[in-house]
Amino acid sequence: MKKIYCNIKKCLGCGSCEIACAIEHSKSRELNKSIAESPLPVKRRKAEFVEESVSISTGCHHCENAACVTACMSGAMYKDKKTALTQHDKDRCVGCWMCIMTCPFGAVTRLREEKIVLKCDLCPDRDKPACVEACQTKSLFLGTLKEFTKICST
Amino acid sequence: MAKPTGNPINDKLLEIAAQNNISTVWDRFMEQEPHCGFGTLGVCCKICNLGPCRIDPFGEGAQKGACGADADTISSRNLVRNAAAGAACHSDHGRDLAWTLLELGRGHVKDYSIKDPAKLKKLAVEFSIKIDGKGDLKIAEELGEVILKEYGQQEGELTLTKRAPKKQRDNWKKTNVNPRGIDIEVVQAMSRTHIGCDNEYKHVLESAIRASLVDGWGGSMIATDLSDILFGSPEPIRAEVNLGVLKEDEVNILLHGHEPILSDIMVTASQDKELVELAKKYGAKGINLSGICCTAAEVLMRHGVPMAGSFLQQELAIITGAVEAMIVDIQCIMPSLPEVAKSFHTKLISTSPKAKFVGMEHIEFHEKDALETAKKILRIAIENYKNRNRSKVNIPKEKMTLVAGFTMENIFYNLGGSFRPSYRPLNDAIISGRIRGVAGVIGCDNPKNESGLCHAEMVKELIKNDVLVVQTGCSGSACAKAGLLTPEAAFKFAGDGLKEICETVGIPPVLHTGSCVDNTRILTACCEMVKEGGIGNSIDELPVAGAAPEWMSEKAIAIGWYFVASGIFVVIGTPLRVMGSKNVTNYICNEIEPLYGGKWAFEGDPIKAAHLMVEHIDKKREALKLKPLICAKV
Repeated sequence: MKKIYCNIKKCLGCGSCEIACAIEHSKSRELNKSIAESPLPVKRRKAEFVEESVSISTGCHHCENAACVTACMSGAMYKDKKTALTQHDKDRCVGCWMCIMTCPFGAVTRLREEKIVLKCDLCPDRDKPACVEACQTKSLFLGTLKEFTKICST
Repeated sequence: MAKPTGNPINDKLLEIAAQNNISTVWDRFMEQEPHCGFGTLGVCCKICNLGPCRIDPFGEGAQKGACGADADTISSRNLVRNAAAGAACHSDHGRDLAWTLLELGRGHVKDYSIKDPAKLKKLAVEFSIKIDGKGDLKIAEELGEVILKEYGQQEGELTLTKRAPKKQRDNWKKTNVNPRGIDIEVVQAMSRTHIGCDNEYKHVLESAIRASLVDGWGGSMIATDLSDILFGSPEPIRAEVNLGVLKEDEVNILLHGHEPILSDIMVTASQDKELVELAKKYGAKGINLSGICCTAAEVLMRHGVPMAGSFLQQELAIITGAVEAMIVDIQCIMPSLPEVAKSFHTKLISTSPKAKFVGMEHIEFHEKDALETAKKILRIAIENYKNRNRSKVNIPKEKMTLVAGFTMENIFYNLGGSFRPSYRPLNDAIISGRIRGVAGVIGCDNPKNESGLCHAEMVKELIKNDVLVVQTGCSGSACAKAGLLTPEAAFKFAGDGLKEICETVGIPPVLHTGSCVDNTRILTACCEMVKEGGIGNSIDELPVAGAAPEWMSEKAIAIGWYFVASGIFVVIGTPLRVMGSKNVTNYICNEIEPLYGGKWAFEGDPIKAAHLMVEHIDKKREALKLKPLICAKV
């Protein structure tokens, strides 16, 4: 299945993926307008500094045996049978934060005020997720693990 | 394949570019998309090496840089540095002309002369030079000296700011932005924005305003006036525009860049009999000069040299395959040109001591042996005619006529006729409600927009609403291509009131006033309108507005600022890079209006932007208690 992978050899940790993610999940979907929205749009991706010259952009890995799905008591977090993506139904979310506790990648974001969580949905309205398109160094990649490994080894 | 530009001529040449694997500005622009959000919002600070630091515009991450600077400080400092660079460009342009004037006066330069002695004397008097009994060259020498001294002046004020109405000058003094000298304000804009220096955003922005006033009422105004003195004051002139001005059977030479010191002498050299003969020897019918960017405007205004294209069309001009040489000096010259030219026979020649390009031949141009160098360059171009590959030639058929060459001075005659040469007819037309007001539509073209189409759409909407439009630079070329710079355009596009005026006087509804330094002609025209009386006692009371729908250069930022600080409402297409700070955005778009009378607005839709200008003009008309428009649509 297709997922977002990050090539840490190329990632500069610039944060362009974060901004693109927040804009894509805003009401206006425009940079200049989205920063004036209330509530402010929230990103589902993080560009993290690891150590000197190493950064990584992370988000949901859409795990096969997703811990968040197992831990979810309301059934809000689920595996989509067709796409195998880990999806989140915010209407069923009760804000217990168990998914946040169990996710080994810190990929689930808390919306404290609305008492729900947010996570990567792979941008259903786009061909390529916004973060992948925004990546200035092409370190973010959408594809299968096999394709990604091949690209990294060349 | 690049995205369509909305312009069929461009698109056709872009197809050829794609077939030949030539990358153009549109391709590279798309590779840059989406643009970095931090940079776009102005919240990326690269000023010191604690950083680079960024402010998270969505509020989750860092809200302060390592030094403690917040989005307000960072975006305002960035804007100041942009404005200072813009002002530096225009002021350097003026400096070169002042230097040429001085060297001419000293007798060190033989290829230039005083073409407008009346304007020389007038300007000398403004600079308090006694002209009685002195020859033109002596006056030129003294004037050159005095002007260059103003570049290094440390206290007092700029001579030309005295042209501004009293209220503008008072505003500048009250807000502490009245420039002291030309160079000092650019230098201080840099020093104040160093790490840990000026941090209070309103105070930081004062440097941007001061540096920009130096541009408008200093460097640029000097550049315009001295160009008129050295190369002749423009007169209305008919010419042609668009890539169709290139000729199949002549040596095509493009002049690209900004300073007329080079381009004007190239025009003289191109008429040299020996060179014309040489061109014929190589099988060409003659030498065909045409311009790109603001250089195009300079030689168009004074010699009627056709305008081949705007900033964005510089690569396309080469892709026509019919250009023997492109001669460049400074500003807005894409570093990509040598790469594009590799596929064709076009020779690229850089000439300015200020700018070299990888892959271009550099023949440095100096005032002392100007004509000789110009001829040498032309000879290279002519000799290159034999290398033109006919199978690669694709000259678009499209071209359009235009009338250009309007200035602050000759507009008297165009509006009043020699019988009554004054601004009275213009002011009367505004007072009586035939003309709603005046709008300056200026600036670059930008692939973020539809390559010049924004200009034409905006201007059509303005003249439809009886707003007389004045233009400069690439905006002028965009509207000229759309046929708006002809007297006939009044019948096609103008509202009834404006149409009546254009018909009576015989002018186009859109007046081309020159290159980007010539925006100062608009400033001085505003001063004249105030002086003539009846439509306000200061610039901010006039029913006027300005716009740069497709701005891209730092110079545009400086121009925008000097118009805003001089009391004019300015709408630009894409926002200044300050949107990451609500305080700075609110300050320059609202809070600044009571201080200067002008303010900024950001509107990407050219029609909506035109209406913002019309609304502003109406507001001013109302404040002046002017009559409603005679031909207003009910």
